[in-house]
Amino acid sequence: MLLFFTFRIKINFYNFVTLIYLEMNYIKKHTIDELADLAISIRKDVVRALKVAGSGHLGGSLGLADVFTVLYFNRMRHNPDNPAWPDRDRLILSIGHVAPVFYTALAHAGYFPIDELQTLRKLGSRLQGHPGRDHHLPGIELSAGSLGQGLSVAVGMALAAKMDNADWKVYTIHGDGELQEGSIWEAAMSAAHHKLDSLIALVDSNKVQIDGRVSDVMEIEPLAEKWRSFGWAVFECDGNSIGGLVETYQKAEKISGKPSVIIAHTLMGKGVKSIEGDYRWHGRAPNAKESEDFIREIEG
Amino acid sequence: MEIYLDKGNKSTKSGFGEGVLEAGRKNKNVVGIGADITTSVGMNLFADIFPERFVSLGIAEQNCVGVAAGLALSGKVPVFSTYGVFAALRATDQIRISLCYNDVHVVIGGAHAGISVGPDGATHQALEDIAMMRVLPNMTVISPCDATQAKIATERAILELNGPVYIRFGREAVPDFTDNDQDFKIGKGQLLADGTDVTIAATGHMVWEALEACRLLKEENISARVINIHTIKPIDEEIILKAAKETGAIVTAEEHQIYGGFGSAVAEVLVKNNPVPMEFVGMPDCFGESGKPEELMQKYGLIAINIVDKVKQVMKRK
Repeated sequence: MLLFFTFRIKINFYNFVTLIYLEMNYIKKHTIDELADLAISIRKDVVRALKVAGSGHLGGSLGLADVFTVLYFNRMRHNPDNPAWPDRDRLILSIGHVAPVFYTALAHAGYFPIDELQTLRKLGSRLQGHPGRDHHLPGIELSAGSLGQGLSVAVGMALAAKMDNADWKVYTIHGDGELQEGSIWEAAMSAAHHKLDSLIALVDSNKVQIDGRVSDVMEIEPLAEKWRSFGWAVFECDGNSIGGLVETYQKAEKISGKPSVIIAHTLMGKGVKSIEGDYRWHGRAPNAKESEDFIREIEG
Repeated sequence: MEIYLDKGNKSTKSGFGEGVLEAGRKNKNVVGIGADITTSVGMNLFADIFPERFVSLGIAEQNCVGVAAGLALSGKVPVFSTYGVFAALRATDQIRISLCYNDVHVVIGGAHAGISVGPDGATHQALEDIAMMRVLPNMTVISPCDATQAKIATERAILELNGPVYIRFGREAVPDFTDNDQDFKIGKGQLLADGTDVTIAATGHMVWEALEACRLLKEENISARVINIHTIKPIDEEIILKAAKETGAIVTAEEHQIYGGFGSAVAEVLVKNNPVPMEFVGMPDCFGESGKPEELMQKYGLIAINIVDKVKQVMKRK
């Protein structure tokens, strides 16, 4: 009898472990060196995908490659085999136009085959110009592209987690130009009011937008003070430093009682020296020759 | 003809508030969102009983809609209500992308709709919301005719539908005349009075006016059918086409601009199937103004005798 019970307990224990293993089989935390290598691969695949697409946003996608690498391969709790896992951390990409780097990071994480990146922006593709859930690409939390909406959705998600006493986090990515949208500040106010410390926003501060320099088009500075006055914990870091990003995210994740924002200073086109900081590459895709040159530059 | 009696005046918003509370009792995932006028839209009933499921977001409609989308994407069933004019028009892009494109189940209560909101004047009178909401893919648009129907429609919309829903209701006390056990199906019109000479298709507060018009027409020996189209999208083509075939002429009545709203939705059905003569009762492409609700309804041609006039016009064209 005792033996039987021991056996039963063992079976249950193994079932339990298997269950935990299946649920928790998320991406392992990569080391800084591994992340740096991954960021290079992701940048090259972004260039390749945009070359085939013939249109799309290269500059911002390259500038954010390090952020996406850190989030998907070091910070976020997620499982590409189970994209609907209820306890996963959520990533809300509010600036849908950097979809190329988002898709490339998802593909490298294992959400779908890397080859599918070649269908970017094509008719019938799951890789829409701006992410669309209606096309059923695994890993996309929100159809977004109209600027200024993602932070509100993230607030709703963080509120839901709070109501359910769940411990998952919501990460968001915004552009600096996007902060000119008034609805961002409605959302910012509400996140602080409701003390949503599971919400960690990141501003891709590359200082340029389509018409030129952000400071010329519509000044958003003093940015850190703005967020702070709205009740947020504010961090700044080099958004193209993998180590810096990991460290800053670790600090932000520890904040309690208020939401956090990371102002990540990035370089548009980062990794391709010849176009770094050039706003004309905000919404351009490389041709075949340029793409070869760019990939060579990324490889260094 | 069935006789519909006014059981006493009651605002459609109170029906909405009761519907939200009832749905909240039945589904613990229902979450209320307030934009500063919680009591005024009747959501205090829900907020008082389920404070842990009520979120106050202040006067920020765009954020309210986005937050609702985030809640819905995380397993909640959010209900957000404020002035219809601000919910539907100020936050249209958020409704289009965060709600409709994402196809999330969020119920928006468009409160204080129509010109009957009265003394507040043009800025607060939602007269374009039906048009704005019905063009959006995935959206369901409901416009109940009285408090009893508003309660049933709200509860069903929250508990049974998927995707985004816009429910429109008014602030003023109006006749409450439908039954608690009425045959109500979202997407199905209701035949309220049978008739053979003409059909009056009405929505919202104008349904009562249509019944009044029907009584007035009977005195002149005109047999008018009255149908209540409480769901504007998806619209009940069957009941409209049956009416067109059997009565040969249709007058639509709505407390909304004549362009792009309920009348246009009916016209779209007729034009492609059976284009019988049609007339529209609604706001004549202009803004409202301050005044008592009944004064405004009269001034802008939104009462029973205006429907009677349009019926006579349309019958000449048969």
